[in-house]
Amino acid sequence: MNRIDQRFSELKQQGRKALIPYITAGDPAPHYTVGFMHALVEAGADILELGVPFSDPMADGPVIQKACERALQQGTRLVDLLDMVAEFRQADTTTPVVLMGYLNPIERIGYEVFANKAASVGVDGVLVVDMPPEEAEEFGPLLKARDLAAIFLVAPTTSHARAATICAHGEGYLYYVSLKGVTGAATLNAEDVANHLAPLRGMTDLPLCVGFGIRDGATAAEVAKVADGVIVGSALVNRIADSLDAPETIAGQLKSVLAEMRTAMDA
Amino acid sequence: MTVSATETKFSDLTRMPDARGHFGPYGGRFVSETLSFALEELEQTYLSLRDDPAFQAEFDRDLAHYVGRPSPLYHAERWSQSLGGAQIWLKREDLNHTGAHKVNNTIGQALLAKKTGKPRVIAETGAGQHGVATATVAARLGLECDVYMGAADVQRQKLNVYRMHLLGARVIPVESGTRTLKDAMNEALRDWVTNVDNTFYIIGTVAGPHPYPQLVRDFNAVVGREARRQSLEQIGRLPDALVACVGGGSNALGLFYPFVEDDAVAMYGVEAGGDGLETGRHAAPLSSNAPRGVLHGNRTYLMSDEAGQVSDTHSISAGLDYPGVGPEHALWKDVGRVNYVAANDKEVLEAFRELTHMEGIMPALESAHALAHAKVLAPTMRTDQHIVVNLSGRGDKDIMTVANIDGIEF
Ligand SMILES: Cc1ncc(COP(=O)(O)O)c(C=O)c1O
Repeated sequence: MNRIDQRFSELKQQGRKALIPYITAGDPAPHYTVGFMHALVEAGADILELGVPFSDPMADGPVIQKACERALQQGTRLVDLLDMVAEFRQADTTTPVVLMGYLNPIERIGYEVFANKAASVGVDGVLVVDMPPEEAEEFGPLLKARDLAAIFLVAPTTSHARAATICAHGEGYLYYVSLKGVTGAATLNAEDVANHLAPLRGMTDLPLCVGFGIRDGATAAEVAKVADGVIVGSALVNRIADSLDAPETIAGQLKSVLAEMRTAMDA
Repeated sequence: MTVSATETKFSDLTRMPDARGHFGPYGGRFVSETLSFALEELEQTYLSLRDDPAFQAEFDRDLAHYVGRPSPLYHAERWSQSLGGAQIWLKREDLNHTGAHKVNNTIGQALLAKKTGKPRVIAETGAGQHGVATATVAARLGLECDVYMGAADVQRQKLNVYRMHLLGARVIPVESGTRTLKDAMNEALRDWVTNVDNTFYIIGTVAGPHPYPQLVRDFNAVVGREARRQSLEQIGRLPDALVACVGGGSNALGLFYPFVEDDAVAMYGVEAGGDGLETGRHAAPLSSNAPRGVLHGNRTYLMSDEAGQVSDTHSISAGLDYPGVGPEHALWKDVGRVNYVAANDKEVLEAFRELTHMEGIMPALESAHALAHAKVLAPTMRTDQHIVVNLSGRGDKDIMTVANIDGIEF
């Protein structure tokens, strides 16, 4: 069984919701990333989303744009991310890892080569922001064949018909984008999120995880009431950005941000 | 991805894109989910209107009375004679209202915006011509207008920035990335994703996600339809060659598309050679044989490094300074219908000065790329052969750039 499915079935048994932190790999420098991953797991992460830095992150706000710039300045490439996952797996064989990013770095490596490598280092899912299911006809089956989950986004603007298509193709979990906007934008409206999740429940058994606009324990707890998982990105990446002159303090800060959310969600 | 370009026949080229916006292996709709709905809506609006005689009539009327079409096909006799070969004819898009071909498309998209009832339009711009054309139609229709422009381009195209201000648009300088056209497009997409309910995104070239490459082509195809008819009237036959500059590729497709089945008409798309293809400092994805890639919603030839990061580009002309190219051009390159070549900055300046001196027509630096290639091509042809060059815009906006090169400060 894929580690993501395994994790959600455990959580379900425990009656808990998934906490899914996102960081951009290579930010502030590649040698920190694996340490951050372990720190996040210690603070209560159930699944890790590892961002693949890209030169043109069209769906991201300034916080993650800058994270991409820092990571790229340090020369972080997709192949380096795969090495990071391999290193992470030496000490952690159970926490699912999802790579999240844009299509071009994957196109450049080649779908099949990427899928082989990702599967062999222990990646569990792939979320390509600019690849809706209609454009995943070639890539999707290559992932599936290697037991890698193809994770797709659902947005507030997604029509009923599109949602059905996405549910039919999605694996691992559905990533519900809580608001119209880029990452790091304004806070979400939990009632609005609940209203959008309800019809999805009728279409799929996939866990529904919510991202965009979750910044602290309070918003995390609110969303956890209606969703199966909570995804937090910019709030963590902000801590990295604020501590560039004291990078040795970052892991501890990430832990405290995440631990606060964990506590609030489990309360 | 399933159709390989090599299986595509020339006659198939008139039937592109397919229902999902693919031009063979290129094009498509690679966007984040939030935008999918808006693109489906736009596609439906466009498909329902494009064969609607009332919509066409309104478009034609605006082109005639607001833009000033048809634009003339002008025989540059003195310049042709000095080059000593083929006769060069200039399709005078520089004479359009606002000074470039860009307005053909903004008129069309503004009509679509009006149908959707959205009160706000946004645009990205490089040289500022598309921004000016968008600000112009927005002023005319009373729409709120925000234009994203790379901070480097704001510097080198100050005149157009002020024109947009005068027209009531807000120009938002983009400081991220390379601070040029690609970054302006990133920022416009971020705005659209945030304000998709009340905002219509007027894309300025035959790139972006489906259906933009198709509809921008269709709105610009008036250039080629006129040029074809004018050639028959003024030359007495079709021209032997067409030449147009290629940034995203809208003026080139506009001219080429109505000739695509005329096999005897050769076509040349001229990209920005910058400091020269061999230096790597250019903006010529097709002629430098860049790898395939995905950016801004479509698959195409895309200048990027081995890790898939999009490359910095360089060109004297802000309007061509873009690492990708419209997906239909990518297909036309693969099937061999168009020859894609590059002209470097130095050749472009020479052509700019030559046309200004010999014909009293000051071309945009973008259009001067096409002229630079015509200069190379004409002497290889006979004097009874004919080349139509798309003079896509006028050069007023570039006077500062050229003055700076001449060491003159205002
Ligand atoms: C006069 C002129 N020609 C050409 C271009 C390049 O665009 P395209 O390749 O879409 O025609 C521009 C873009 O700004 C322009 O202003």
